[in-house]
Amino acid sequence: MKKKKFFALVTAMAMVLGLAACGSSDTPAADEGGTSDESSTVTAFKIGTLGPLTGGTAIYGQAVANGAKIAVDEINAAGGDIQFEIQSEDDTNDPEASVNAYNTLMDDGMQMLVGPTTTGPAQAVSAVAYTDRTFMLTPSASSTDVIDGKDNVFQVCFTDPNQGTAAADYMAENMAGAKVAVIYQNDSAYSQGIRDTFVAEAGVQGLEVVWEGTFTKDTATDFSVQLTAAQAAGADTLFLPFYYQEASLVLNQADAMGYAPTFFGVDGMDGILTMEGFDTSLAEGVMLLTPFSADAEDERTQTFVQTYQDQFGEIPNQFAADAYDAVYILKAALEASGCTADMSAAEICEKLVEVMPTLSVDGLTGSGMTWDASGAVSKAPMAVVIENGVYVLP
Amino acid sequence: MEFLSYLISGVSLGSVYAIIALGYTMVYGIAKMLNFAHGDVIMVGGYISFCAISYLGLPSIVAVLLAMLVCTVLGVVIEGLAYRPLRSAPSLAVLITAIGVSYLLQNAALLLWGAGGKSYPSVVSGALQLFGGQLSISYASILTVAVCLVIMAALSAFISGSKLGKAMRACSEDKGAAQLMGINVNATISLTFAIGSALAAVAGVLLCSSYPTLMPTTGSMPGIKAFTAAVFGGIGSIPGAFLGGLLLGIIEALAKAYISTSLANSIVFAVLIVVLLVRPAGLLGKYVPEKV
Repeated sequence: MKKKKFFALVTAMAMVLGLAACGSSDTPAADEGGTSDESSTVTAFKIGTLGPLTGGTAIYGQAVANGAKIAVDEINAAGGDIQFEIQSEDDTNDPEASVNAYNTLMDDGMQMLVGPTTTGPAQAVSAVAYTDRTFMLTPSASSTDVIDGKDNVFQVCFTDPNQGTAAADYMAENMAGAKVAVIYQNDSAYSQGIRDTFVAEAGVQGLEVVWEGTFTKDTATDFSVQLTAAQAAGADTLFLPFYYQEASLVLNQADAMGYAPTFFGVDGMDGILTMEGFDTSLAEGVMLLTPFSADAEDERTQTFVQTYQDQFGEIPNQFAADAYDAVYILKAALEASGCTADMSAAEICEKLVEVMPTLSVDGLTGSGMTWDASGAVSKAPMAVVIENGVYVLP
Repeated sequence: MEFLSYLISGVSLGSVYAIIALGYTMVYGIAKMLNFAHGDVIMVGGYISFCAISYLGLPSIVAVLLAMLVCTVLGVVIEGLAYRPLRSAPSLAVLITAIGVSYLLQNAALLLWGAGGKSYPSVVSGALQLFGGQLSISYASILTVAVCLVIMAALSAFISGSKLGKAMRACSEDKGAAQLMGINVNATISLTFAIGSALAAVAGVLLCSSYPTLMPTTGSMPGIKAFTAAVFGGIGSIPGAFLGGLLLGIIEALAKAYISTSLANSIVFAVLIVVLLVRPAGLLGKYVPEKV
C-alpha cells in the first residue's frame, strides 16, 4: 500500500514537472490578446519558433525563442498593420523531434517558421517545409545543406562556408606567416563545415595549416592531447570552429600547460565572456568572427540588450539577435509583398519567396542584409578581438 | 617527452573515470543494478559545490562536504522513491527507471541552474612542473589519483572488514537468504546508495576541477565512459574499477595522440570488446558460472 502511494507521488511529481516545462514554452503566445485590439480589422500573422528549449543545447533555442518574442512584442506594441502571434516549440536538438514540433506548430495554424535553431534539425525540417510550402527563415542554422535546393528556405546567419572562408582570408591578410593548427568537432555538421572551407581557402591563400585534430561530443572533456600535439607541430595560431563551452576548456587547458598561441574562433565562440564563473582573463587576445556584439554602441542594440536583460536576466547572445532580426525580416517581407493575415501558409510562402531577393534589411546582426535566391544571406562577418573582457575591432 | 606528456593526460583523464567507476561498481556489486543516474548525481554534486563556492563564498572543503551531504540525501531519496518499489521487478524495469531518473535530474538541473555552461572555480589550481617546465602535471590530477586510491582502500576495507560490509556482501550474494538471516536488506541497499552518492559528489568536484565546464549534461558522458571502465575492469570489483578507469584514460589519450583523434573512441571500445571476448567478466572480475 505504502509503496503504491510512493509510486503515485513520484508519477505525480514527474507529471507536474512535465506540465511546468510545457507551460514555459507556451508563454510567448499567451500575452497576445492585449496588444492586438487596436484595430479590429488587423488579425495577427501566426509565426512559430523551433529550437532546443531543454537539453544540452537549450541555451540556443531559448535565446531564439526569447529574441523573437522581444521583436514580436515591439512590433505589436507599435501597432502597425502587421501584427504577430508567436508560439515556441521545443525540439531538444533532435531532427525527428523537430519535425514533430513543426507539425504541432502547423496544426496550430502557423503561417511562417522562424527556425529551427540548430543545423541538424533544420536540415530535417527544411525538407518538410519545402514539400508543405511553408516559408522558413532560420535564425542560426548555418549549413548550406539547410537551404540547398529549397527556394522557400532562408537564413539570417552567415553560412558555414562563408565563415571558414572569411576566417582563412582574414588570417592570410592580417597574420602573415602564421602556422595554424585546427581543432574541430567532427560529429558536428557546423564545425566540420567550417573546417572544410577553412582548409580549402587556406590552401588557396597559401596559409600554412600545420596540424589538424578532432574531437566528438563524447570526447569533449580532455583537449590536452590535441594541444600538446599542436604545440609540438609548432602552431602559433589555433583555429577553433566550435562552441564556447568546449572552447572554454581548450583555453583553460592551454593555460594550464603554458601554451599561448593566438586563438581564433567563429560565431560559436560568442558567449564565452558571459559564461558564469569563467575567468575572462583567459580569453584575453582571443579573436573571433561574430555578427553581433552585445557591447555595440548603437541605440538599437543597447535597447535590445536592456530589454532582454530585464525580461530574461541574461545578456543576449548572437542567437537571440539573429531571431530578433528574423522577425523584423519577416515583417519587411510581408510589407513588401502585401500579404494579409487571412492568407494561407502556402500563399504567403509564394509571395515571400518572390520578394526576399529584393529586400535589404538593417538589423542587429548586420546592416543592409540581402538575400540571393538560394536563401543565403549576404552580410560581412566582422572579426573582433577580446581586450579587457570586451570585443573590440582589431 | 611528448609521450610522457600524453601519458600524463591519459592518467588525468583515467583517474576521473576511475573515481566515477568506483561509484558505479560499488552499487552494482551490492545492489546488482546499473544506476545510470550515477553520472547525474555527479553533476548535481558539481553544481552544489559550485553554488557553495561562487554564491555563498564558502571555503572549498566546506563546499565539498556540503555537496557530499546533499548527494547522499539525494541518493537515498532516489533509491527509496524510484528503485525500492521495484525491488522484485525484473531488472530491465529497474534499468529503465534509472534512465528515467537520469533524465529527471538533468532536466531538473536545467530548470534550476539554466542551460548555459558555468565555469567551475578550481578547488585545486596550479601544476607541478618537471624537467624545467617541459612536463606539467596539474595538482587536480594528482589529487584525483590520491583520492581514488584512498577511496579504493577505504571501500575495500569497509566491505571486507566491517559488519555492515558483511551485510552488504550477503545482500549481494542472495537477498532472500540475507533477509532470512536477519539482515535488513532495504536499509543495507540504502546505505550502499548513500555511500555511492557521497562518492559521486567527490567525483563531481574532482571532475569539474580537472575539466571545468559545468552543464546539466556534464555527468552523462563521463558517466557512460566510467561505466565502460567499470565493465572493463570487471564490474563489481573495486580495484577493477580503478584499473579499468586508468587504462581507459591512457588508451584514449595514446590513441588520440598516435593513431587518430577521430578514431580514439572506436579504439577504446574495440579494446573493450577484445577484453570482454577473452575475459568475459572483465580484467579483475570473477566469473561465476550459473548453476542450472
